[in-house]
Amino acid sequence: MAKTIQSPLPGTFYRRPAPDQPEFVAEGGSVAAGDTIGLIEVMKTFHEVTAEQAGSNIRFSVENEAPVTAGAVLAEMD
Amino acid sequence: MDLTGRSLFIANRGEIAVRINRAARSLGMEVIQAHSEADADMLAVRLADRAVEIGPPAATKSYLDIARVVEAARASGADAVHPGYGFLAENAAFAAAVEAAGMIFVGPSAETIARMGDKVAARAAAIAAGVPTAPGSEGRIEGLAEARAVVAEIGFPVMIKAAAGGGGRGIRVVESDADLERLIPQAQTEAAAAFGDGGLYVERMVRDARHVEVQILGDGSRAVHLFERECSLQRRRQKVWEEAPAACLGAEARARVCAASVRLAEAVGYRGAGTLEFLFEPARDAFYFMEMNTRIQVEHPVTEMITGVDLVAEMIRVAFGAPLGLRQEEIAIDGHAIEVRVNAEDPSKNFMPFPGVTGAIETPEGVRFDTMLYEGYAIPPFYDSLLGKLIVHGADRDEALSRLREALAQTRIGGLKTTLPLFSALARDPEVLAGEVNTAWLESWLQRNIIQAA
Repeated sequence: MAKTIQSPLPGTFYRRPAPDQPEFVAEGGSVAAGDTIGLIEVMKTFHEVTAEQAGSNIRFSVENEAPVTAGAVLAEMD
Repeated sequence: MDLTGRSLFIANRGEIAVRINRAARSLGMEVIQAHSEADADMLAVRLADRAVEIGPPAATKSYLDIARVVEAARASGADAVHPGYGFLAENAAFAAAVEAAGMIFVGPSAETIARMGDKVAARAAAIAAGVPTAPGSEGRIEGLAEARAVVAEIGFPVMIKAAAGGGGRGIRVVESDADLERLIPQAQTEAAAAFGDGGLYVERMVRDARHVEVQILGDGSRAVHLFERECSLQRRRQKVWEEAPAACLGAEARARVCAASVRLAEAVGYRGAGTLEFLFEPARDAFYFMEMNTRIQVEHPVTEMITGVDLVAEMIRVAFGAPLGLRQEEIAIDGHAIEVRVNAEDPSKNFMPFPGVTGAIETPEGVRFDTMLYEGYAIPPFYDSLLGKLIVHGADRDEALSRLREALAQTRIGGLKTTLPLFSALARDPEVLAGEVNTAWLESWLQRNIIQAA
């Protein structure tokens, strides 16, 4: 059963801390509980998206810089 | 000048687009409203004669895309483009592109925007026009000996700044010669590492600073001032509460800073509405020029309330080539005005943004509320959190404060968390009532006070 990571807020999803920096987590990578997997920009402020549980083989369902709604599934993992 | 039937393209969104629409209507103009995919149902679109989509929700792909905005305006057949504030309002390349496409840019020339947008060039223009700037080194200093020579002139405390820095980066406050000896080499090394340029400059540290800004209007040759505003209540360098006039100034200081501002506006051949921002240091009775904003500002309504001048309509008229419709001696201060910025933020949760669906709105009769809201409007998360501005006027500051408290008690915005509870608390604070604030005051007040969201 795949685990999901949902967006806590509506806004714009970013996979990198800054445009010239590497992704928080690469496609197919693993995360520990509490790891930051991306940022949501809402009204010009940035909020971290963290994994609530550990997982592996992460698969992002939303592109970098795509608009998302609150509760939207950002990624799935095993 | 008769602008009836001429068309204005509004290259902005939110409450300022609604405000520009109102000014254009008062001049009999046709309104064409730009909007992103996320803004198709915004109030300014509903109020416009025509609306033109300019791209995806992300501002970089719509409101900030110069080629796209200019092409949309040209294709719509607009006579003029109003940039509002933010987005492309102070972008010289945008102003030039609008004019190259055969339209009028509602603002100063691209050359003036570029000149006043460059910190060093703006400071040089200010000094040349006799506008006071913070005393400090004339340009860069290369070492401790030069820094000591400057401090001998202006005294401690001073700020050491990186010549290539900006936005508050690379600034150090120095109180003594021992600190200077230690911090100058350190600042040089850091500036070289951070900015690739170890150049520094030294400037007087302004204590207990208050933010005072002067509104000017120019037609390219002549300029007038419309007195000043005080915007010392700031959170994270963002103004939240503005007043006109500045209660901390006496008549002589007011006349001095307003006259200096007109000199600078005329020296650069300013056209349109603009604002010169200063720090005011009460203990020295001194003003220090910070920067000039070459656009209409968020807080322009408080100036309109005390002078009776429609600033947005005036800036459109002069953009079309009309001479200034006002003489200096016709502009006077009537009473006192206060504006508070109603943001979609939860003040009880560290101002967390709160995009949501607007419920029922109640505002008191006779109070100005410049807003983008209507009942049922879903606020998009892609832009800033400003929903509107509540603006009150009274015969004096005490009456304006009293009207603000009444207006806040009678204002309800359903469905959203807003900054209204912050202002209800501030409008009762003894230091705010006494006007004993500076630009650092609100941050420290917020550390000590918890605001319950209404």
